[in-house]
Amino acid sequence: MNAPSRFSWLQRIAALALLVSMLGSVGFAVGYATGVSAQFQGLALAIALGGLAVAVVIWGKFLVRQERVIDLREPTSSSWERNDATHALEAGTGQIGRRHLLSRLLGSAFAVFGIAALFTIRSLGQNPYPQLFRTKWTPGARLVRENGQPIHREDLAADEIVTVFPEGFVGAADSQTVLLRLAPGILQPASDRADWSPSDYVAYSKVCTHAGCPVGLYRSAEHQLLCPCHQSMFDVLDRAKPIAGPATRPLPQLPLRIAADGYLRAQSDFHEPIGPGFWERGA
Amino acid sequence: MIRRFVLWLDDRLETASFASHAMRKAFPDHWSFMLGEISLYSFIALLATGIFLGFLFDASDAHLTYHGSYAPLVGASVSSAYDSTMRISFETQAGLVIRQMHHWSALLFVAAIVTHMARIFFTGAFRNPREINWIVGLTLLLLALGAGLTGYSLPDDLLSGTGLRITASVAMAIPVIGTWLESLFFGGPFPAPQMVGRLFFTHVLLLPALIIGLISLHMAILWRQKHTQFPGSGRTELNVVGSPLWPNYALKSLGLGLAIFAVLAILGGFFQINPIWDYGPYSPSEVASPSQPDWYVGWLEGALRLGPPIEFHLFGHTIPASFVPGVLFPLLAFGVLYLWPFIERSITKDDRVHNLLDHPIEVPWRTASGVAIFALFLIVTLAGSDDVQARVIHVAIERLIVVYRVLGIALPIVAWLVTFQLCRELRARAIQREVGEPSVVEFIRSPNGGFEEKQPTDTA
Repeated sequence: MNAPSRFSWLQRIAALALLVSMLGSVGFAVGYATGVSAQFQGLALAIALGGLAVAVVIWGKFLVRQERVIDLREPTSSSWERNDATHALEAGTGQIGRRHLLSRLLGSAFAVFGIAALFTIRSLGQNPYPQLFRTKWTPGARLVRENGQPIHREDLAADEIVTVFPEGFVGAADSQTVLLRLAPGILQPASDRADWSPSDYVAYSKVCTHAGCPVGLYRSAEHQLLCPCHQSMFDVLDRAKPIAGPATRPLPQLPLRIAADGYLRAQSDFHEPIGPGFWERGA
Repeated sequence: MIRRFVLWLDDRLETASFASHAMRKAFPDHWSFMLGEISLYSFIALLATGIFLGFLFDASDAHLTYHGSYAPLVGASVSSAYDSTMRISFETQAGLVIRQMHHWSALLFVAAIVTHMARIFFTGAFRNPREINWIVGLTLLLLALGAGLTGYSLPDDLLSGTGLRITASVAMAIPVIGTWLESLFFGGPFPAPQMVGRLFFTHVLLLPALIIGLISLHMAILWRQKHTQFPGSGRTELNVVGSPLWPNYALKSLGLGLAIFAVLAILGGFFQINPIWDYGPYSPSEVASPSQPDWYVGWLEGALRLGPPIEFHLFGHTIPASFVPGVLFPLLAFGVLYLWPFIERSITKDDRVHNLLDHPIEVPWRTASGVAIFALFLIVTLAGSDDVQARVIHVAIERLIVVYRVLGIALPIVAWLVTFQLCRELRARAIQREVGEPSVVEFIRSPNGGFEEKQPTDTA
């Protein structure tokens, strides 16, 4: 430690680091002016900052006198002032509390004001209910693709899948629906849904009943719809019931019909709320 | 020059008496005390880069046709938020590197807070008199998580939009107030057009203001109570031994900060993060697979995946399946963490003031509990990317979920038992090293009822 050469050596490294840092800064400025890549900018910044860091750390660790200081801890609590504080607080509170009626009124007035102020929160958002229970599907609405093109009976081959919206509402998040055409005869609709899937077309809400992601993947061999967010799987052949993953409810089915012109239309809206569950949804 | 400044300021604010003490304040030299500083410096990096980004970002949902320099997206309909993020990334000088530094800083910010809190936890630094700062710190972690979530949702890309969709669904799962809560925060049922603006306001004003306020409080309390320290020569409950603030500690700390900024610059320059052009703009009917959030949200994502598909019904109302893993689990986890100083106090009945730290092996049951909590978080975080793992190792995802469900319950228990035993043995060995082999002394009862020490018989 007594060799002064060691310090001059460290001093030289620090000086070098500062020079390198300046180079980095100049490099960043020049690079900025001439328009270089993000990699170059990041590197120049890192050299500028890193050089500074090296010099400052060397300085702090070696070039200033290394001392050990000992701080004595004063107690974090006061001594006799504790009683004073308690007395002052009690006396003051007592003066307010003595006037029973008035102090109670004061408390009530603040409480009532608080409740009144809470009313303003209502302005922050719209009433969610209408949208939670209804989508944009109406009786007779034509099914259209994302480009607005309506779907004709002949458009889809077996095992083909397409995302559809009600005509006029392309992109409506709550109305997104997957339309599938199955191979003839595979689908055995339940008696209450016997006429919902004409010509082997079947349509389910695309909003996952677990956390609302679009149920975007279709395993055609197993006839399963899969949600890529949390891997819930729904059985297309059986009311889109969940068969794996965290979802608890089937995807609501959209009743379809094929009009005289051959275009697919909705018989009605979904018969239940789409998407993830919520308190007011009912059992 | 310095003297004139000190006098001038002291004449007006009486600062010299404070400064004379402050310059000589002792800062313990232990590497683990740098973890909190790393979080502070990454927050400063967030502010600096965030100010730059805030001027350039357009927090609007208004849709327009993309005409920027990223060819694959030209002609696509994107929101102004997405468009301006693309402009920052591709057409603004230094925009990409600063945007990526901002994102990396956010990841580092949360990581540093978590490791800092682990240090506090495992050494018992949260005990009397530091319970308040434990609570302040934990609240800072929550705010950091909120700032991260609102921040990476801003660009309105497909990945973050999917994350918001899930967040909204989890909010809706809260009994009684869920649907209203979701609507009041986002402006209406998801996806509401006001969302981007609200997230922006939350991200750049509300949360940073709270974080700055609480960091100030955190440091003021630290200053008042002084640092804890590990036991050692000359260190007692009644003092703090370390480097003086000026100049030693200040230089070292400044150096650490600069080094962190340098690392962030390398990360921002060379390591691509959140490439929103790969994800594409958000569209409610599209989703990317796999969808992976930032690391610190992984545990919530994993909990949602592991949660059983059970929905409850109460008086004709629905409690959706995501309530337990998405709402109850985080509430419980943070509830336990918030109450930990008081839980421990009620178990140990120890209400003395502690300024000397425990070595983790000294308190086996606390260390075991901390490791068990980490094991649980590790499993749920890993489960958050189970689809990617299933694809990589060719295992059916259903099986992987079963494995994680079992591990989620078993591993914390096993981790607790193993850690507990390990700490006890290490502690016993440490004591042995200090006091040497325990000497065995035999007593012999004499016929008249007295005791005599048996003389050791040398076998050697």
